[in-house]
Amino acid sequence: MRSLIRRRPAPDTARRDPAPSRWSYRMQRLWLTPIFRRTLRVGVPAFALAFAVGIVLSDEGRRAAISDTVAALRDEVKHRPEFMVMLLSVEGASPELAETVRQALALPLPVSSLDLDLPAARERVQSIDAVRSAALRVVTGGVLSVQVTEREPAVVWRSPQGLILLDETGHRIAALETRTERADLPLVAGEGADAAVPEALALVAAAGPLLHRLRGVQRMGERRWDIVLDRDQRILLPGADPVAALERLLALDAAQDILARDIAAVDLRLSERPVLRLAPHALVEMRRARGILPPEADL
Amino acid sequence: MTDLYQIQRSMRQMRRAAIQRGVIAVLDVGSSKVACLVLRFDGEAPPRGADGVGPMAGQSAFRVIGAATTRARGVRFGEIAVMAKTERAIRTSVQAAQKMANVRVDHVIACFSGAGPRSYGLAGEWELRDQVVTEQDVARVLAACDMPDIGPGRDVLHAQPVNFALDHRTGLGDPRGQIGHRLACDMHLLTVEADVVSNLIHCIKRCDLEIAGLASSAYVSGLSALVEDELELGAACIDMGGGTTGLSIFMRKHMIFADSVRMGGDHATSDIAKGLQVPLAVAERIKTKHGGIVATGMDDREMIGLGGDSGDWDKDRRAVSRAELIGIMRPRIEEILEEVRARLDAAGFESLPSQQIVLTGGASQVPGLDGLAARILGQRVRLGRPLRVQGLPQATTGPAFASAVGLCLFAAHPQDEWWDFEIPAERYPARSLRRALRWLKDNW
Repeated sequence: MRSLIRRRPAPDTARRDPAPSRWSYRMQRLWLTPIFRRTLRVGVPAFALAFAVGIVLSDEGRRAAISDTVAALRDEVKHRPEFMVMLLSVEGASPELAETVRQALALPLPVSSLDLDLPAARERVQSIDAVRSAALRVVTGGVLSVQVTEREPAVVWRSPQGLILLDETGHRIAALETRTERADLPLVAGEGADAAVPEALALVAAAGPLLHRLRGVQRMGERRWDIVLDRDQRILLPGADPVAALERLLALDAAQDILARDIAAVDLRLSERPVLRLAPHALVEMRRARGILPPEADL
Repeated sequence: MTDLYQIQRSMRQMRRAAIQRGVIAVLDVGSSKVACLVLRFDGEAPPRGADGVGPMAGQSAFRVIGAATTRARGVRFGEIAVMAKTERAIRTSVQAAQKMANVRVDHVIACFSGAGPRSYGLAGEWELRDQVVTEQDVARVLAACDMPDIGPGRDVLHAQPVNFALDHRTGLGDPRGQIGHRLACDMHLLTVEADVVSNLIHCIKRCDLEIAGLASSAYVSGLSALVEDELELGAACIDMGGGTTGLSIFMRKHMIFADSVRMGGDHATSDIAKGLQVPLAVAERIKTKHGGIVATGMDDREMIGLGGDSGDWDKDRRAVSRAELIGIMRPRIEEILEEVRARLDAAGFESLPSQQIVLTGGASQVPGLDGLAARILGQRVRLGRPLRVQGLPQATTGPAFASAVGLCLFAAHPQDEWWDFEIPAERYPARSLRRALRWLKDNW
């Protein structure tokens, strides 16, 4: 008896041919082609992205809107209180110099620290004559701290432009109204004296016993030094090794007390033959004493 | 003939191009299944240690990266009966193999078992011009073989030089560069029906594939199922397929004879279906699960339910003993083996020094076949399995895949064939040009 229930699927579906259709076979082969695959997986998305970006950016107004939005966003971040610099503190400088530094920096406070160009500001501070070096940093609390190291004045230079303070390297610090403002510093004079300030300082240091008579040192012909003492006495030093020459003279002075005599200049430029130039009165006296001149003859 | 020569040459070039590209597919179009293997060539494998199993037959140069099998539809006796169905079956297996390999395959080497292969032995002789055998001389001696009358509508599938003789020295494998006066060669020619081949080519072309080679399945299953000493000393490989049984005789590593018997495992199946009144699918299942050759007393008691869906209770509840099933199968297998014996006798197999016979193919898996074959074919019979190649899935290592695996070996290292040599250039003007050059060189 034939069963009433159909138990099995129809035989034609059970024995279906599993073959792929022509098109699915071709599509699968196409998909297995490496260049096609790469094109579809990389090339097409990249092209679509570039195309979309191009379309969006082709409109002038949209481009402007995008740049505006970006700028607004930037400003918003920039002007957050964490990034704002409210105060400027200058440390390690005298009050006048501090004022100069403030003016040189010319910061329109408050300003965002993202806008600050610290290297350029440091350059500006260091371009001030009286500043040897400067360190700038933004510290917490919105303070721009400027650490300044001042130049120490070492000599006063009587230059063609007037009195100028120089440091020990010869760098200009400031102009000076009168010599008496800094009477403690030695005076140098002559053209090109600022270029040889260390030498001048060495000379001054070597001229210890003469310090109370020292008026200053003068650069002669940008080549050598003269030491000018009171009573218009001059010590003409050689261009090479002036300190040794000065020390020899000091030894001579200690032994024979030369500089206390009435002489106008000691010429040490030739080391083997120091030359004395007598003052006019002393010259007459000497000639008279040697009998070259008749006694009581006036000049 | 020149046409065929050109076709075969272009197939060889295609094969070279495919190996250059690194991927090639082999396709075994059989009567019961269509198997497709995708091979990747990536240069020679690094040599392993001297002892142990080294690379055999050069198969380490490639690796199987995709394998698929599907039931053949529309193929009978190894020939295409229904074109569209066969095309679909080829598409199924190629697509599945491609999917497994994850690479697109454009070139395919195919083999088939039908088309009535016929073997011819040819001989040719050539007087050498300048005493040294060159490639030109080899081509000339191959061309000097007289073409037998292969009949209308037939084409040459294989034309392999199997032996070269120089003066009185014979058995030369490669005569090039040797010195002598007279070069002779023996060539083995295998012809098949041209229509069958062109049908197969058309079918594969319709799957958007290029054919890079064609081979006879009897030949390639011999390549994979015979071991080296059998190939060298002489052996016959019997490839028992679904629709046909191919046989090939090898001697000194060359095929010297091939034939096919148009009977196979499917005939046993249809015998069972007829004898037991069951559908073919059921008959196939019973054959593979319970089939055998030699009946014992135990088999009388082992009952096999036939099942069925006819609605008739008595018909659906039938059961047969295994002895009955064996009684149906055995005469058919005997008939096949006797037919094979007749073909081997006709080929003069008994005069060969070694009479080894190797059974392979899907139908050789019937239990007890070796005993029966030993009685019919001779004492030296063994069951062969295909060589192990790299990357072959476990499911495709059985004897049913002997021809697919052999086709891999054929793809990697094809035998020299006639069309691998240039056409002799007697008629070309190059010769006179060379003579003119020599004259110039002599006189100035």
